[in-house]
Amino acid sequence: MKSYLSLSRAMLIGLFRDKTTLFFTLLFPLMFLVIFGAIFGGGSDTKPGKVIEIGDVAVLDNMAKADPDALKDLLEITKSSDEADAKQQVASGDAAAAIKQDGQTVTIYYSAADRTQAGIVTGILSGIVENTNLEMLKAAAPGTPTIAVTTDQVEDKALKPIQYLTPGLLGWAISMSGVFGAAMTLVTWRQKKTLRRIRLAPVSVGAVVGARVGNTLLLALIQMTVFLLVASLPFFGLTLTAFWWMAIPCVLIGALAFLAIGLLVGAVSKTSESASGLANLIILPLAFTSGSFFPLSQMPDWMQKISYVSPLRYLNEAMLDVMVRGEGPAAVLPNLGVLVVFGIVVGFIATRLFRWDDV
Amino acid sequence: MSVSIRVTDVRKSYGDVRAVDGVSFEVNSGEFFGILGPNGAGKTTTLEIVEGLRQSDTGGVELLGESPWPRNPKLLPRIGVQLQGTAFFERLTAREQLHTFGSLYGVGPKRADEMLELVGLTEKAGTRVEKLSGGQAQRLSIACALVHDPELVFLDEPTAALDPQARRNLWDLLRAINETGRTVVLTTHYMDEAELLCDRVAIMDHGKILKIDTPAALVRGLDAPTRISVDSGNLSAADVTRVADGVAEVADDGAILTFTTRDPSTVLTALAEARVLNGLQVRGATLEDVFLELTGREYRA
Repeated sequence: MKSYLSLSRAMLIGLFRDKTTLFFTLLFPLMFLVIFGAIFGGGSDTKPGKVIEIGDVAVLDNMAKADPDALKDLLEITKSSDEADAKQQVASGDAAAAIKQDGQTVTIYYSAADRTQAGIVTGILSGIVENTNLEMLKAAAPGTPTIAVTTDQVEDKALKPIQYLTPGLLGWAISMSGVFGAAMTLVTWRQKKTLRRIRLAPVSVGAVVGARVGNTLLLALIQMTVFLLVASLPFFGLTLTAFWWMAIPCVLIGALAFLAIGLLVGAVSKTSESASGLANLIILPLAFTSGSFFPLSQMPDWMQKISYVSPLRYLNEAMLDVMVRGEGPAAVLPNLGVLVVFGIVVGFIATRLFRWDDV
Repeated sequence: MSVSIRVTDVRKSYGDVRAVDGVSFEVNSGEFFGILGPNGAGKTTTLEIVEGLRQSDTGGVELLGESPWPRNPKLLPRIGVQLQGTAFFERLTAREQLHTFGSLYGVGPKRADEMLELVGLTEKAGTRVEKLSGGQAQRLSIACALVHDPELVFLDEPTAALDPQARRNLWDLLRAINETGRTVVLTTHYMDEAELLCDRVAIMDHGKILKIDTPAALVRGLDAPTRISVDSGNLSAADVTRVADGVAEVADDGAILTFTTRDPSTVLTALAEARVLNGLQVRGATLEDVFLELTGREYRA
């Protein structure tokens, strides 16, 4: 026990004095969080489209009277009495559309320059007009059955990018530190003969491996804490769902699975250069195919199929389920089961290939 | 005197290379034993087999009455090993390094700090191992090997790549360690080191031990002539012939005049009478000559 503690301590001190490793395990993934959060976060918050109301447009005014806030997020309406100027503004792109009403006819002017914006705005305006028609129809002939459309976003329950980026990038960070940590310790300790020296001390192999395991788990928890704290800042706005704490066992089991990969990499690599190359070769494809950077659902079909062989997929999915999708604690079990089996198999192979020193 | 180490006909091959080819020796308790030989002679492999780091193909090793292979936890606290290269935990300070190794053996921090003082590194206690000089790192490595007060100490080329002053300091330390009653086994490719430190030396080449004896006996057994040299140019050709007459061979490289003789008294007296002792050097045979005699080739470390 004592030698286990002193080995853990030696490893931990070594880790916290290793600025490069700290950067790659803590800051580097956070940088991705900031960058991706900014890229994707900016894109989803579309500004309300600018619409010029020429003269009085009854359909709009009635709607605004009934519910002043209803249109606020969708349209930014300015009034104008100068039709030519309004059209000019649309044509030059300063406004997305202009709208005018002559009795029963509503005319929408739009420019094809920004088709997306024009499409959105004309769609909204048409919807308002149809709604007015419907109200009028209901008033004229009460009891006429009408079809109402209600929309509700289901695919991700408002999964803002930060919601999937946080578990995804956390998974990536944990896989990196798990694989690199174990592989590098093993290889550099073997290269520098620290392992042989330890072998000559009355220390069990269990204490050596245990110290590495404890270190990896602790580091994974620190990574999780830092990630959640940063992502919860108002700037990112992560909102966790009820059973988010179930992500803790996910993080721990995931870290162990990747530690097993790291031990395998460390066992087959002779130099730290080849170990870090091999580790990168494993982690980068895993990160791209497992939904760490992009949601899996946005991936091409073949890539989604590939992801089933990636342990990172199961870690990411498990964390997504409990952290942001609001699923119950039991939801993680199938994914964790896969990780456990994976970790045991790879860990077993790694112990078979383990060498104290390179002959 | 009891036997600490008994090695019987140990052999180890890597493919076609016979790294260790039938090595046998015994080391008595309290002895300072040296294994001397050029690089690639098989010293380190022999030492690693004795330490229990490698398994021999055939032959037996007994350390303090026990077998070191397979890994023998009963034996480990009784032996201290300094490996070739320093084998430290990365980024730890000298003190942390010793404390860590100490606690692996159940040794408290106080003893570890004493070791730091013994090897003269108290001032460097807070320095990270990567920042230590070669000599300091070697001394720390030796301190790590001694921290649990082992009966038997193995040192693999402890002074390799050190500057002359650092080597001298380390020799004092090694002598001190031996004087406390510990058995010390050292490999080296420095002849002078083996000659100065070791009670007995095994000369090794091509995986075989050529001869084992005290350095003095090895040199004496050689019955080699003495070499007397003085500054060249002080003696006329006639003087040289007269001094060397019948007792010495002469070699003159233009700067140094060397008489090789089995009768050093006569040569020295004649040189003194001629008052040409400027730059005098008298050298008996060294282990280098022994090596030359045993292998038929110059010693090249």
